[in-house]
Amino acid sequence: MTVTEDYIDASGGDWDDVIEKAQATSAERLVVNMGPQHPSTHGVLRLILTLDGETCTEARVAIGYLHTGIEKNMEFRTWTQGTTFVTRMDYLTPLFNETAYCLAVEKLLGVEDRIPDRASVIRVMMMELNRMASHFVAMATFGMELGATTVMTNGFREREMILDVFELVTGLRMNHAYVRPGGVAQDLPPGAVGKVRELLKEMPERIKVMRKLLDENPVYLARTKDVAYLNLPGCMALGVTGPLLRASGLAYDLRKAKPYCGYEGYEFDVPVSDGGDVYARYRVRIAEMEESLKIIEQCLDKLAPGPVMIEDAKIGWPAKLALGPDGMGNSPDHIAHIMSSSMEALIHHFKLVTEGFRVPAGQAYTAVESAKGELGCYAVSDGGTRPYRVHFRDPSFTHLQAVAAMCEGGTVADVIAAVASIDPVMGGVDR
Amino acid sequence: MSTDNERERDEEAARLPDRMGEERLAAPIKRTGMFGTGTSGDTSGFGLLQVRGSAPVSSQRPFTDPDDPRTADFDRVADDLEAALGDSAGAVERVEVSHGEITFHVLREALPELARVLRDDPALRYELCLGVTGVHFPDREGRELHAVYQFRSITHNSEIRVTTTCPDTDRHIPSIVAVYPTNDWHEREAWDFFGIVFDGHPALTRIQMPDDWHGHPQRKDYPLGGIPVEYRGATVPPPDQRRSYT
Amino acid sequence: MGLEEKLPSGVLLGTVEQVVGLARKSSMWPATFGLACCAIEMMAVGGPHYDLARFGMEKFGATPRQADLMVVAGRVSQKMAPVLRQIYDQMPEPKWVIAMGVCASSGGMFNNYAIVQGVDHIVPVDIYLPGCPPRPEMFLDAVLKLHDKVQNTKLGAHREQEITETEERMLRRSLPLVSKD
Repeated sequence: MTVTEDYIDASGGDWDDVIEKAQATSAERLVVNMGPQHPSTHGVLRLILTLDGETCTEARVAIGYLHTGIEKNMEFRTWTQGTTFVTRMDYLTPLFNETAYCLAVEKLLGVEDRIPDRASVIRVMMMELNRMASHFVAMATFGMELGATTVMTNGFREREMILDVFELVTGLRMNHAYVRPGGVAQDLPPGAVGKVRELLKEMPERIKVMRKLLDENPVYLARTKDVAYLNLPGCMALGVTGPLLRASGLAYDLRKAKPYCGYEGYEFDVPVSDGGDVYARYRVRIAEMEESLKIIEQCLDKLAPGPVMIEDAKIGWPAKLALGPDGMGNSPDHIAHIMSSSMEALIHHFKLVTEGFRVPAGQAYTAVESAKGELGCYAVSDGGTRPYRVHFRDPSFTHLQAVAAMCEGGTVADVIAAVASIDPVMGGVDR
Repeated sequence: MSTDNERERDEEAARLPDRMGEERLAAPIKRTGMFGTGTSGDTSGFGLLQVRGSAPVSSQRPFTDPDDPRTADFDRVADDLEAALGDSAGAVERVEVSHGEITFHVLREALPELARVLRDDPALRYELCLGVTGVHFPDREGRELHAVYQFRSITHNSEIRVTTTCPDTDRHIPSIVAVYPTNDWHEREAWDFFGIVFDGHPALTRIQMPDDWHGHPQRKDYPLGGIPVEYRGATVPPPDQRRSYT
Repeated sequence: MGLEEKLPSGVLLGTVEQVVGLARKSSMWPATFGLACCAIEMMAVGGPHYDLARFGMEKFGATPRQADLMVVAGRVSQKMAPVLRQIYDQMPEPKWVIAMGVCASSGGMFNNYAIVQGVDHIVPVDIYLPGCPPRPEMFLDAVLKLHDKVQNTKLGAHREQEITETEERMLRRSLPLVSKD
């Protein structure tokens, strides 16, 4: 067989032209455009594949179809309003985005030590719940893209349970803006702890069902074993972190290496596998969910009564919210306090809400171990009430660069498995 | 010898508030006044207030603060980096320690060599580059565009930041994709958003914006581009044109 | 105990418009256009908990050629806009569009250089569904409202008359203005 530079371009245009060109040449190679609107590309990801028969000889990735300008938009809003934007970046891991951002703001403010313990515990609990929800969606969409509908329906069903907790605690199913600079938006409502306990009781069984469905499933194994292999040096060179790195044999987890939010006080293992393939990534993810359950249980034990927002009237957004006749708002106590008893409190409230707080000039980088990998937030302040520049180092963005390394030389069908195993979320990739 | 050092240090200390003031005054004025507009009859006395931007901070050794565990290995890293760079150690313009983070400000010419050393030197071993991002400071003449790199060492569990600058008239910074392939997309993004040309990048094309887009949207001189929103006769201007308090 | 037992001699009388409307609404085939956060909620609607299959819409296809409803779920960037229009053009008539979520409806909180301020700049929209993201129940409500609209769509000359009347009514209607001073 001779390798020819000639190829058939099927990435757009009229089919008649494509067929005509295909008949005119003896070229074997076909360039296929996949996406940005394709059910199996995990959102608006575009892949340009060069195929030689069934083999994918070249995989190029095009992104930017969901570029939202969040980083720039934040420069025109206050630091607190920033959480509303970051939560919409990687919309499957909203609480990680918020926490990374708030940790950066708190670092700039120099108030890391003054964040109440209860707020940190709630943050950890919500993040771990979020990790499970994200992994469930990762598995569900993976199943859907390979044609396994049961995996998809199961994954979304389990996720609903977690979303119920989120809704109870934050008021929203997604896009919570719950973690705020200085703490969290409000305390856990009555019944939240019971709801989480219920989930802790129910969830191990659900995970077991998922394991039963997938762990030894011959079809699943055939589609995932030794597919989209990426070894450790490859991971390092391409900046791959998170479950993908741990599936390549390195037990590196920021929660252990650089603890934040008090992670050093929790007992948990870092699941690791040395398969380096799609199956290993699945095993790492599902084991991580079991570890998350452990952490959540410890969180419930650690939850001691106390404030959930920093006790600094110049930074702390009023965190005592209550449900009124017209929806969620400041509690009547707080309103009575600022309207009739304390002029100073009224001024603080007014300044905070209209102007925001000033953050000392400087730069800071904080990173959290999101469900997808290292999520970093680099924030620059010029001393004003609004960010000068905020940049997010999103794990999905970095990981998508590995698609070529994983796919080239494999079959077309494995491209789908490779992309799905990265679990990219385009909202985070494009921001 | 030691007396010389001491005398120098004393002299230095004697000039200290003085010099700090100089640095402070050299910093660009960021904004004037405190609230409201400049055109109104503001009689509060804050109208002439000048708020200056951050002066370039230059930290002196020791970088390690015994009270701050986050800074524990900064002296070691700085020593090792100096030793590894050898003759080109002068490329590190200044070192900044703040918020428990260490930043090396380097000349752009030295960046590829620095990256290679950071990755390969056994004492440093920064295996992971966490990408590069641009920051645009229109009022810092000659160094308007900053490129900020974050490095992480898994071996030594350490984290550093490297910053380099380029003037707006000559937006070139050498690429480090050859050393850290992960920077491929990050450099493309910095080009797309800030117009920094990374020399030596294998394919520096737009990544987030459409290929035929004009301008680099996250620069400060690029407008936010919102439109006024009208509802029942009332209009809300886009966020960048609203009244602001700063 | 079915409908047929209640019909006199098995004959049902109706207008062509109603029969066509019933047929069209009963088995809509949506083309997914999942873009951002809303897409996840849209997928959740397809899941077992909310079960879109109850409304004959479980066939969430990705091919626009065999679809009559496009659900634009999420923010539409400038880069995505031409793609979206192309997909819409590929759909056969008759076709409907739901702008799911506030970003697709009006640009929402992202009033900036990157986002198209409402998908109605590119394609005609039948139902605007607010929310960020809308709850699955809200999506179901939008679907039911659309079904209602499809069921009651007129045909031919009646349709033209309906369009003229609606336009006149919309022009006559005056929303209370927020006073400028």
